[in-house]
Amino acid sequence: MSYSLRCKVIVGGKASGSMLVTKQPINFLSSVDLLTGMITDKNHELCGEFVKDHVLVFPYAVGSSVGAYSIFALKSNGVSPSGIVCTSRTDITTASGCAVANIPLLELCGDQDIAEIQNYKQAIVDGISGILQIKKV
Amino acid sequence: MFVHLTREEEDALDEKYGQAVSIAYKILLSIGKATNAEKLIPVDWVHLSGVNFNTIGDAGVKFLTKNSEEMRFLVPTTINPMGYDSHKQNNLSNNFKRQQMEIVKAYEKMGSIPSFSCIPYELFQLPDRGHNVSFAESNAAVMANSVLGLHTNKESSLSALASAVTGKAPYSDLRIRSTRDPKIKIKIETELHTELDYGILGYFSGKSVKESCVSFGPEISEIDIYKSKSLAAALGTSGVCGMFSNKEINGNNISFGKEEEKSVMDELNTTESGDVIALGSPQLGTHELELLSNMIDGKKFSKKCMIFCPRSLYEKASNSGVAQRLENAGGNLICDACTCLSPLLTHEEYDGVITNSVKAAHYLNKSSGVAVCLTDLRSIIRNYTR
Repeated sequence: MSYSLRCKVIVGGKASGSMLVTKQPINFLSSVDLLTGMITDKNHELCGEFVKDHVLVFPYAVGSSVGAYSIFALKSNGVSPSGIVCTSRTDITTASGCAVANIPLLELCGDQDIAEIQNYKQAIVDGISGILQIKKV
Repeated sequence: MFVHLTREEEDALDEKYGQAVSIAYKILLSIGKATNAEKLIPVDWVHLSGVNFNTIGDAGVKFLTKNSEEMRFLVPTTINPMGYDSHKQNNLSNNFKRQQMEIVKAYEKMGSIPSFSCIPYELFQLPDRGHNVSFAESNAAVMANSVLGLHTNKESSLSALASAVTGKAPYSDLRIRSTRDPKIKIKIETELHTELDYGILGYFSGKSVKESCVSFGPEISEIDIYKSKSLAAALGTSGVCGMFSNKEINGNNISFGKEEEKSVMDELNTTESGDVIALGSPQLGTHELELLSNMIDGKKFSKKCMIFCPRSLYEKASNSGVAQRLENAGGNLICDACTCLSPLLTHEEYDGVITNSVKAAHYLNKSSGVAVCLTDLRSIIRNYTR
């Protein structure tokens, strides 16, 4: 079963991958290992998970302004998410980092029910038409 | 909503003025879309983060070296601290120093002012209240909006770089007057005394507030610059909020009391003591260096103590005798660098760092992997000088 969600396109392009979903914001500078793409913050619910080749679905980035370089470094090191979706308001750190790293970035339009989004496994990020397609298998 | 670009901006985006300028416009367009900007507007000053090699790494060095061939800054642009003080002995690797100098050279080539400071507001005559600027470095952005009356969004290293190259930024969020009126208030239900108390308030508030501007009410109207800096840095570290205000608002309150204070301390205060004291995140200004030297009052630090400040203020403190008093007490004054992600403070060398900075505590714990004894300045002086 698949499900399509309307999104605003922040950085264009197409991507797909397994979904990595969290309701907690991320500080890219202090919480992600740039060589492996592993989330290292013990206070984060995704601690121990790898962002590599995943579609990362999270509310927004917090903290350091240098986080934009961190996103670019993840891409340069070959361990970045394939696509990113912000479920709340897209922050400047994520937007500028994805623009330079050429990572498709969408923002979910606010009027949609996303309560069960974590039950979906696969995602296609369409940064041309502005659709996030999610599937259970 | 679309970001309306002028013909010339469209041309720049289409690489008419080269690839590097096009990248800058691509960044502005992405953050313009993210923040629902209708257009780009001029900015009069830019402050950049992304200078310390420990923060931007090899990928950042490559990006800056390549783009510095073409990118030139169109407005006065100050830059954040780097990794170390090049006038002092250190045991850093040659690779670190080489990479750090590549970064310094690239920023110099693009035309930055070599400030190496996260407190440009204490060093330079910045534009007057009401002017638009573009400040990365979260403490500086929050201070600019909340204390200096400048208008900036909480920029990233790359978005501020794009503003330096184009002289423009999206007209959105905290650059629009109505957003600068707080819609949410943190209701302070505990007594705040020290700079650390204000840092804890900032850290909690950053986590709790999604809005761009938060009110703390009139309770914060009279706070001095040390407390403001502590509050601004912590607020910028834990969240997206880019401004605080003392305006009263009705409704929409979040409480901040003893329990909330404790939750921040439980997260960041991770050891009972440490083997080095680190002061300065943000870097200390003239007022704080004087305050510190008065508090020490001829005593000596019983532990190694690093004091981070801008070079120009160190020189000023040397002329007034303040620097010598701090050095006589055993303080090591380090210029051009800062506590956060400093290669001088590693878990290989230190078991624990004593600091009064909530921002430093966050990065020491989470990035450097060093345990932190988080305590206020007065207690540091009481416990670690004799």
